[in-house]
Amino acid sequence: MNAVKGQRAPARFPVLAALIVAAALMVLPFLVVALNAVKSPADYSANGPLSLPEGIHLDGLRDFWQRVDFGRKLFNSVLISGSVAVLAALLSVLNAYAIGIGRVRGRPWVLAFFVLANMLPQEALVYPVYYLSKQVGLYDTRLSVIIVFTVIQSAFGTYLLSSVLGAFPKEVIEAARIDGATKWQVLWRVVVPVSRPTIGVLLVFFFIWTWNEFLLPLVMLISNDNQTVSVALGVLQGQRLMDATMTNAAALLGVLPAFCFFLIFQRTLTRGIAMGAVK
Amino acid sequence: MSSHSHGVRRGRREYPYALFLLPGALAFLAVIVVPFLMNTGISLTHWQGVGSPKWAGLANYRDLLDDSAFWESFRHSLAMVVAMAVLPTVLGLVLAAALFDYIAKHVSTRTASVLRACFYLPQVLPIAVAGIVWSWILAPENGALNEALGAVGLGSLRHDWLGDPDFALYSVMAVMVWVQLGFPLVVFMAGLQRADPSLHEAAELDGASWWRRFWHVTLPQIRPEIYVVLLWCTIAALKVFGAVYVLTKGGPGGATNVPSYFSFQSFFEKTQVGYGSAVSTALTVIILALALVALRLQTRAEDQ
Repeated sequence: MNAVKGQRAPARFPVLAALIVAAALMVLPFLVVALNAVKSPADYSANGPLSLPEGIHLDGLRDFWQRVDFGRKLFNSVLISGSVAVLAALLSVLNAYAIGIGRVRGRPWVLAFFVLANMLPQEALVYPVYYLSKQVGLYDTRLSVIIVFTVIQSAFGTYLLSSVLGAFPKEVIEAARIDGATKWQVLWRVVVPVSRPTIGVLLVFFFIWTWNEFLLPLVMLISNDNQTVSVALGVLQGQRLMDATMTNAAALLGVLPAFCFFLIFQRTLTRGIAMGAVK
Repeated sequence: MSSHSHGVRRGRREYPYALFLLPGALAFLAVIVVPFLMNTGISLTHWQGVGSPKWAGLANYRDLLDDSAFWESFRHSLAMVVAMAVLPTVLGLVLAAALFDYIAKHVSTRTASVLRACFYLPQVLPIAVAGIVWSWILAPENGALNEALGAVGLGSLRHDWLGDPDFALYSVMAVMVWVQLGFPLVVFMAGLQRADPSLHEAAELDGASWWRRFWHVTLPQIRPEIYVVLLWCTIAALKVFGAVYVLTKGGPGGATNVPSYFSFQSFFEKTQVGYGSAVSTALTVIILALALVALRLQTRAEDQ
């Protein structure tokens, strides 16, 4: 075994070096953005985008924050993504309880419906949703986006959770039923506590997916006070009004929340992706 | 146990499980089914978004078949499939195998997971933010890429990466590879962990080269993951909107337009709502057909 390892030793380091270079290229854009976001405009125009900043200059970030009322956008994003995560997980649990444990009639068809709903392009919904929300007075409200994404995200949640609950031990449910628990009580006292890891994965995914959504929030949230981080930054970029330092400030402020979620949820994310792929 | 008879009695007149589907059914009816049917209906009309729609039968679809801008946007979709499904899957396989076989086994699992995290990072980024980052890097004046090329003496390679019709599509494709790569990588690494290591070790003892082991042992074992990744990434590629909106707005001159952005333009810029609905309905049919074929293939592969 040692001989085999010894033979391969020379190949190990080129592979490691190549992978490190590739990984560095992947994160390089973040580093360049962070460097330029803390440059003063004079520094930027004198030394270009590749030099190290002459000093930490936070005015660009502060200006951008105030100009777009970034705190408000963050609040909107947290409110919308948080509400969608909780409500969509709740809806997924109810649907999956009926499909996975209740084994309702026509189960394969119901499940196929949720899978197809999940794959539907939002372009095929966006105009009617826009039109109908105007009719019922929900246009340009955060509530409208919360409702729409609760449903869209729960399509995936129902699909994933149904297959997890399909493997739930029947004896546990029956024991609780014999003890006199109603279906509603079984759901909350037995099924939900046991499925907590899967529900946790769903909460994280729904939150991040909703945070990153672009098309529907772009169409539905036109007033500045209701916009999310994604929409505000996308619209600003589309207007091509920002100079280089401001662009970098915008990019850095957009990257930071995503970066935090990534660090906090990394484990749940990788677990969830593996789970979603094999179901 | 004293409540035994009580429970049975109560169980007998209890509501059926289907009742738990009621909130979901109503919500899906209002947010998915009705809007989708409306969209399909609107695609059979001429409508400006105000007033009443005028029945047009299949006129929008006939126009669509003759519209070279639509076909061009559709060709760009295929380019997006290459950039978001084919290339990330191939690169992801090689990277996952290298990280799993070399780094995790012979360097350390910690190094492997740090490297994996670097590749996955763009996946959690809002696409609007990725667009801002890259449109600045690829900017013609003062953009980081052109500056870097100049700095290493390759100034002649400078381009207006997103503004030149000959380069814009390739630039957007490169950005999408960067965005997408982490997803297949993470899925494949999870698949490799699930796979049986003894087969791999046996092949190693038999003296099979790394490449032969990868091709004959590793690949067949993670075939389900490859199917799922190709399906999800292809669908994501056909739906791509945010990146095009932020990077190029479909330009220059339609050089990077894709069906989803094309329908968005028809809806909200040209207010040809009927036509936009026809585009999005056509896109939906293609995606659902693809999904059905893929699901059929997957069940067949699982049956074998």
